[in-house]
Amino acid sequence: MAPLFLFLLATFLVPIGAMMWRALGDTEIAPVFPRTLAALADWDGRAVPGEPAFAALAADIRVARAEGTLAGAATRLNYDVNGYRSLLFATARRLPAEGAADHKGPILAAQPLWGERETWAALRRAGGPVTDLYLLAAVDLRRDADGAIAGTHPDQAVFRAVLGRTLWIAAVVTLVCLLLGYPAAYLLARLPERTANPIMILILVPFWTSLLVRTTAWVVLLQREGVVNSLLVGTGLVEAPLPMIYNRFAVYVAMVHILLPFMILPLYSVMRAIPAAHLRAASSLGAAPFTVFRRVFLPQTAAGVAAGSLLVFIQAIGYYVTPALVGGAEDQMISYFIAFYASRTINWGMAAALSILLVAATAALLLVYRRLAGAQIPKLG
Amino acid sequence: MGRTAYRMGRGWMLAAAATLVAGTAAARDLTVVSWGGAYQDAQREVYFKPFMEQTKTKLVEESWDGGIGVLRAKLQGGANTWDVVQVESEELVIGCEEGLFEKADWSKYGGQDAYLKDAVHECGVGAIVYDFILAYDGDRIKDGPKNWADFWNVQKWPGKRGFRKGPKTTLEFALMADGVPAADVYKTLATEAGVERAFKKLDQLKPNIVWWEKGSQPPQLLAAGEVAMTMAYNGRIGAANKTDKKNFQIVWNNALYTIDTWVIMKGSPNKAQAEAYIAYVSKPENQAKLPPLIPYGVTNKAATAMIDKAVLPQLPTAPDNIATALYVDEPFWVENIDKLNQRFNAWVSR
Repeated sequence: MAPLFLFLLATFLVPIGAMMWRALGDTEIAPVFPRTLAALADWDGRAVPGEPAFAALAADIRVARAEGTLAGAATRLNYDVNGYRSLLFATARRLPAEGAADHKGPILAAQPLWGERETWAALRRAGGPVTDLYLLAAVDLRRDADGAIAGTHPDQAVFRAVLGRTLWIAAVVTLVCLLLGYPAAYLLARLPERTANPIMILILVPFWTSLLVRTTAWVVLLQREGVVNSLLVGTGLVEAPLPMIYNRFAVYVAMVHILLPFMILPLYSVMRAIPAAHLRAASSLGAAPFTVFRRVFLPQTAAGVAAGSLLVFIQAIGYYVTPALVGGAEDQMISYFIAFYASRTINWGMAAALSILLVAATAALLLVYRRLAGAQIPKLG
Repeated sequence: MGRTAYRMGRGWMLAAAATLVAGTAAARDLTVVSWGGAYQDAQREVYFKPFMEQTKTKLVEESWDGGIGVLRAKLQGGANTWDVVQVESEELVIGCEEGLFEKADWSKYGGQDAYLKDAVHECGVGAIVYDFILAYDGDRIKDGPKNWADFWNVQKWPGKRGFRKGPKTTLEFALMADGVPAADVYKTLATEAGVERAFKKLDQLKPNIVWWEKGSQPPQLLAAGEVAMTMAYNGRIGAANKTDKKNFQIVWNNALYTIDTWVIMKGSPNKAQAEAYIAYVSKPENQAKLPPLIPYGVTNKAATAMIDKAVLPQLPTAPDNIATALYVDEPFWVENIDKLNQRFNAWVSR
């Protein structure tokens, strides 16, 4: 056990923990603005701070400018208050001379934004060592100038809707996979092995093919002048090409196709284990075929249904590449936004906070599901 | 870097080399960093090689993919091996603000008046101009669109429209389509009402927009008939016409343009050579040699007259093409990108 635990610790728990910590840790501002934060320590937050805070600010900015640390701090503060970036650099360019008697007057005259409570409150909030800025933002909340939690402006709110959409898409994909996979697994389990094997290969070959390749294949099939539309228009079934790509339809089709084997395989293994004698016995006792299925066969496959649904749902909830390639802007799931912050805007705090949201949602659903399905659920590790 | 070390080890006694480790930075060759690929191949022919021959300066070239973090790391690590770097306008604005670059001494480059107004910056000299333009397939659309208002007209020109996913450039085009004169676009966008107006205009087109993220996508979308028109980089459209024999048309009216700039890294030990290099590649007769190889515009005003007449109409800096074009206001975007990204993401995913 100990080696396994150490392995998991080193390869799984520590990296993921370190990544998630970025959503909470807030250590960029404290080393850059030590004097200002000290001066703000007993600020009541009701009026603009006095001369000592302005003098401390000037001293901090002067040092940060010289050491090249102002940029990182400015980027962090701009996440909270738009315009903070240029405020800091503009202030840095026109600092009162070192040792000046009055800092407040000249700084306020040059940059009136320092006369607003929110400017100072944001700086104090960012003092660390932890922040709830990113976690709140991940559920469309923020802190106002008084430090109270408030809703994000409706124009800026995005993540609750995205989370809901993510769960919805995953649920639809799971359901469709179940509806398609169940009969397929049934057929496979009933057929003699000689016929079942080639069909099994048909399921496994796409399963082993790269996800990217399969998604790109769907682009080729579904695009406006793609295979399917050419066929439909060519045979006169439709007059104009149907919009089948860059929308929700394409996301469902491609995701179901990719995830279907994860539904079929557990169902197949469970169905295979059901003795044919059970079904024959039910028939011989006078049950109609549907009754045999409903009363004898279906209950025995419940574990397979649960396992398959869980596998498909949990994978679907984290899908990124497929919706990004075949979906439209309205079809992007939460992973897209994690990637957006991690690799496009390099805002690791937001990326980590959204990851936490995703993990928390998955864990919560898993718990609910366990409660509902009771012992039916196979243990996943 | 590796090659420099090798040469030094060969030329000097090992012991001497070991004691000179701290001094290697001062002894290295002039290092010029550009964007690789076909672009740097062209630069090598018309800039790097002739410069080395004429000035007898040893020049080492490298390439990069951009990112202000890379430049910061170079200087903060204290092991900066780059002298001249070609940067995009975002890196220019942020890097200059942070003091990553030497100030440009314009007297060495023929004075600011010799250049396009937007190619002049306190930290660098503009190298090339490229455009965000409206493109369509001339084989599919005969009577093509003329401006951004036409881009919005899905009655006359049915079909999808391609736009780059993100607020930058998209909001500018929306305002111009809504009738805001190019000169007032950023003034309008700086107000809440202006942002509102841009998103309102985008609302009208939203059901018809296909969003792309990589510059290679627009020619593909046009070729596949997926979109009837798209916003695109002019260079990619030119390349598709040249290599894939396409008949893609460019509408230069109210294009947006941006400039890549040569900068000298702060504290470069080869500053004099770096300035000589920038002076060389900024001369009109030298700049004029680049566009025939790759369709980017030039920054030295005198260069335009020396460019091959067959190439000129494809360039962002051809007088007709630049007349109504608007320069992307990078300081505006550096300031507002966080807020507008968020707003855009909220809008686009609704």
